[in-house]
Amino acid sequence: MLLIHCPYCKDDRPELEFSNAGEAHIVRPTNMSDISDTEFEAMFFMRDNPKGIALERWRHAHGCGRFFNVARNTVSDKFLKVYKAGEPRPSDAEIEELLK
Amino acid sequence: MVEATPTKRIAPAEGFRVANSVVSIETAKPASRISLRATSAGARSFEKSLNFALPRKPAETASAKGRHALWLGPDEWLLIDEANPDDSMVPRLPNKQFSAVDVSHRNMAFIVAGPGAAATLNAACPRNLSLAAFPVKTCSRTVLGKAEIVLYRTARDTFRVECWRSYAPYVRDLLAIASKDAHI
Amino acid sequence: MTPSSKQPYRAKSHGALNHARTVRFTFDGKPYEGLEGDTLASALLANGVHLMGRSFKYHRPRGVMSAGVEEPSALIGISRDKSNSGARVQPNVRASVQEIYDGMNAVSQNRFPSLNFDLGAVNSLLAPFFAAGFYYKTFMWPRKAWDKVYEPFIRRAAGLGESPTETDPDRYANRFEHCDVLIIGGGAAGLMAAKTAAAKKQRIILCDENPSLGGWLLADSDVTIDGKSGTQWVKDTVAELQANENVRLLTRTTGFGYFQQNMVGLVERVTDHLAQPDMDLPRERMWQVRADKVVIAQGAIERHLVFADNDRPGIVLAGAAQKWLNQFGVTVGNNVGVFTACDTAYAAAFDLYEAGTHIAVIVDQRATVDQALLEQANELGIRVMPNAGVVGVTGKLRINGIKVKTASGSEETIEVDALITSAGWTPSLHLYSQSRGKPIWDEASQRFLPGQSPQACVSIGACNGTNDLATTFAEAAKATGGRAPKLEIENDVSLAGGTIGMASESAETGKAFVDFQNDVTAKDIKLAVREGMHSIEHVKRYTTNGMATDQGKLSNMHGLSIAAKMLDKPVPEVGLTTFRAPYTPTTFGSFVAHARGTLFDPSRKTPIHEWAQENGAEFEPVSLWQRAWYFPRPGEDMHEAVDRECRTVRTSAGVFDASTLGKIEVVGPDAAAFMNIMYTNGWDKLKPGRAKYGIMCREDGFIYDDGVVGKLSDTRFHVTTTTGGAPRVLNHMEDYLQTEFPDMQVWLTSTTEQWATIAVQGPKAREIIQPLVTGADISAEKFPHMSVVECQVCGVPARLFRISFTGELGFEINVPADYGRAVWEAIWERAEPAGACAYGTETMHVLRAEKGYIIVGQDTDGTVTPHDAGLSWAVAKSKPDFVGKRGLQRPDLTASGRRQLVGLKTSDPKKVVQEGAQIVADPEQAIPMKMIGFVTSSYWSGTLERSIAMAVLEDGFARMGETLYIPMEDEVIEVEVEGTVFYDPSGEKING
Ligand SMILES: [Zn+2]
Repeated sequence: MLLIHCPYCKDDRPELEFSNAGEAHIVRPTNMSDISDTEFEAMFFMRDNPKGIALERWRHAHGCGRFFNVARNTVSDKFLKVYKAGEPRPSDAEIEELLK
Repeated sequence: MVEATPTKRIAPAEGFRVANSVVSIETAKPASRISLRATSAGARSFEKSLNFALPRKPAETASAKGRHALWLGPDEWLLIDEANPDDSMVPRLPNKQFSAVDVSHRNMAFIVAGPGAAATLNAACPRNLSLAAFPVKTCSRTVLGKAEIVLYRTARDTFRVECWRSYAPYVRDLLAIASKDAHI
Repeated sequence: MTPSSKQPYRAKSHGALNHARTVRFTFDGKPYEGLEGDTLASALLANGVHLMGRSFKYHRPRGVMSAGVEEPSALIGISRDKSNSGARVQPNVRASVQEIYDGMNAVSQNRFPSLNFDLGAVNSLLAPFFAAGFYYKTFMWPRKAWDKVYEPFIRRAAGLGESPTETDPDRYANRFEHCDVLIIGGGAAGLMAAKTAAAKKQRIILCDENPSLGGWLLADSDVTIDGKSGTQWVKDTVAELQANENVRLLTRTTGFGYFQQNMVGLVERVTDHLAQPDMDLPRERMWQVRADKVVIAQGAIERHLVFADNDRPGIVLAGAAQKWLNQFGVTVGNNVGVFTACDTAYAAAFDLYEAGTHIAVIVDQRATVDQALLEQANELGIRVMPNAGVVGVTGKLRINGIKVKTASGSEETIEVDALITSAGWTPSLHLYSQSRGKPIWDEASQRFLPGQSPQACVSIGACNGTNDLATTFAEAAKATGGRAPKLEIENDVSLAGGTIGMASESAETGKAFVDFQNDVTAKDIKLAVREGMHSIEHVKRYTTNGMATDQGKLSNMHGLSIAAKMLDKPVPEVGLTTFRAPYTPTTFGSFVAHARGTLFDPSRKTPIHEWAQENGAEFEPVSLWQRAWYFPRPGEDMHEAVDRECRTVRTSAGVFDASTLGKIEVVGPDAAAFMNIMYTNGWDKLKPGRAKYGIMCREDGFIYDDGVVGKLSDTRFHVTTTTGGAPRVLNHMEDYLQTEFPDMQVWLTSTTEQWATIAVQGPKAREIIQPLVTGADISAEKFPHMSVVECQVCGVPARLFRISFTGELGFEINVPADYGRAVWEAIWERAEPAGACAYGTETMHVLRAEKGYIIVGQDTDGTVTPHDAGLSWAVAKSKPDFVGKRGLQRPDLTASGRRQLVGLKTSDPKKVVQEGAQIVADPEQAIPMKMIGFVTSSYWSGTLERSIAMAVLEDGFARMGETLYIPMEDEVIEVEVEGTVFYDPSGEKING
């Protein structure tokens, strides 16, 4: 069982309190009705599923209830960074750094 | 036409109590409760009706005169009024900065007390309940087995376990069986 | 007779059980005596019994090999029930671990009719057919033989022992625990680590799989620590730790799994060693420990030597013999031979000699042997044969001699009644490897050693490859932040040396076992390599080496070495298979713990549940809820009860417990704006006091949930969801609110359980509830269909809806849940005299189907859009955006040929079709037929006196009036397509 740091509770909490909520930084377009089928496909269906750093959303469902983002190494299952919803996506350079 | 006799209130697991040499588990008395969601301005505004300050830091609680405010999330508090179980604390006037929803009947609570209280809870709650990690007067929403609970440590050896009413039999039976192992 | 005379191999001068109580037990029905503290193995050995089981594949007679958890052969069944009910039967218990107790009933396994004479041993003659890869080769062809011949054969052959036939009556406990330091293993290393950590006031858990702490020190009669014997040092140290309130000592507790972030699973066996366990005790206790630091002190496991017939009863590991002697006071024989490749076996031999056992010979594989050992043997008159090997044995059920071959090639047979062997010691890397640490090959000592774990853990002592006690103590102290203690240690025996692979050329031709539990021989490994298995992972799967429940604790290194030699590759290039949890077999019960019976899942019940129970309701589970299904009267079956309930609602009224419906309070100035996003409908024009049926889609345009929403004020909505959908709908809404629309001033609160919800439906609904309502005018004019009002019912605050899921005049009364039962009873007091009934979910389903109201999840399956469901009227056309709007425009969702929700009527009105049945246009077409839809809902409608059904059907809306067919196993049912509203199509009743 993982220990996950919640950026809102500012504490490490057992995995049982959390639920995964899929890939992070997929922004719902504000002009949703106008996007093309290809854009919709990319937004709704296509996911990266990388080996290495995955940027994911988690929810502290049985805790503070907040959604937040994490950078998780899918190989080691380590949470390398947690950050609040709305904070910017880590840069590629930062991701490189996290992988070390 | 109002009923001549007052409508009977039946709370879940009323009168339940088990105890052994290290822990006792009993149903808490009925209380009124509010689920408060608010912006920071809303929290300030709500405090005026409460007469004490809402806790602002994770896991903190504040209490006065049988009323307790529990920090559950950055914009969420659970308010429990043990003194006035039939009187909702919901402010009469609507406010644009907060949502106060009466959940008095949604929740119920057990009081788990005694030197084996933490061990009893740890049969199914994965949290570190040492005094250092979960000090007196702190609280958290968490899990107990397959039930979601709000855990509130009211004293060194006393926890209030809030759960939704339909989970009460499950939580009751789980705590009761866990209490058999609490001396270890 | 005195116990000692019944236990001829009990050495009175040795062991810690001298004054122990006599314990009586049976093995294969025969009574035996042992001493309290004995394992089953030591007690049987004390009685001169070596033969304890039959092997898995060849049914070869097997004795006990080891004195610990690594035991591959002596697997027995224990029945712990006095009544032999079959509930407390446990197969595959290691005799070397199981403690005896009074009345214990142990049986050997894998033999018929008896251990001494086993018909299955004929398999031994078929050995050529059972070689490596046998299953893969033999059972491949012909395909037809698989079901009738091969699978039953494999099933019968697979697995040892008998499974319990009854539900496990025992209780299992669980505990989540946190500590500063978790120490796994309570031998010299673990105890020293604990002692050091305790001095620093750290919270410590120390666990050990044995009944007593001390590890190898309990079996070593020679070593002294500061002048004390090893056992005395253990006694003093344990006493010191026991007195420390920060230390938790767990014996009979196995650290079986190392998981992420220093979470380690321990299983404590609480009652398996007790004759009359206290009923309040759990059988086992699972400890899920999260430690800041883990100290692994698992020790090392002695390997056997690989030579022909090395599995014969009477052949045991040297360390095991030493442990049985020094801990239990049991000798393995009267005339013992020794075959070794390292020094520790000499200590075992000398101890046995001291206990009065004759040592027939020490055969040492090594050309040069330590001079001091040779001198000591010489002094005792023990013959040592260096540079020699055991190439075979005589005796089948028990050895009576060994064949020894010297380097010069001369062979001689030496009479023995037991043989102790040692190929050296393998550091236990199981938990280190599970922590995701990589084993590192040490060429000099020919073993894998732990390196740096990615987790906060450290390995110390023998599992770290440390061979002596002084270094072990220093490592242990350092591991917990202390200094190396200054202790005078004498007579310590080094664990260094040994061999891996085949011990003599006899292994090339004879049956030289590498893996005893799976009957894998050296020849099998060589065959696997010859047949192209070049990685140890392949060799392992092809031969099943190391795949038994002992996980190759004895066999892995030998198998690896044999493969490496054949491939002419260094060992690490052939690889070491990954160690996985559990370290030793772990019961399902300990994982399940309390989660069984009524505690398997919460069983959610409404405040009105008990009334329904008292009034004879049958219940059905709906998600975690138990819902009243129907209320049969005496003599009624389900069909009759539902028929009556339906008719009563339509002609009079019915009362229904709808409390399980999900409820969400949506509050805030942006409440309507948020509802506009989450639902397909428009919410701007809805006035306070009015309610609306809402549909929620996912972004892809498919229906996700539905429910009636009441607007209480401009800033407050009372949203209802389906019973099963409540948690995911709230999660879905929170997700959008928090992450896509965080600037909206609106908040969501689950109120499902705040309210008890009582539906009163039917022509008499109003007259039943009217006198109970205060603070609201519920007349038809003032309170039309789809209204909501906050008022009082029975004097308690209520939210009263006028809504209908039946097509009749209907109300839903929400009152605070504690009042639910009383308000229900007040309504019932008026309803019953009015001729109304209580009804359950089945009647609710029939009534709604008669009106064509959908149930999300029954008439929709995640691929149905609101348009497909005939609910286009509920999809706002003018809203700029809502979740699902863009998805609904996708080409596939607007193309023709979509499956659309329609009504079906069977040509024979008495015929009720099956839900899920497939629909075809032409029943005469060839199989496989083209299926153009399926039935989603199907009922007998008592009101209409015929069957009704709903179905999703390709281009269904355009097929009205068409005749279609439902082919079943024994008939073809003819149906006609029509609309979904079967009853009161004009809707006049609902507005009554
Ligand atoms: Zn949190």
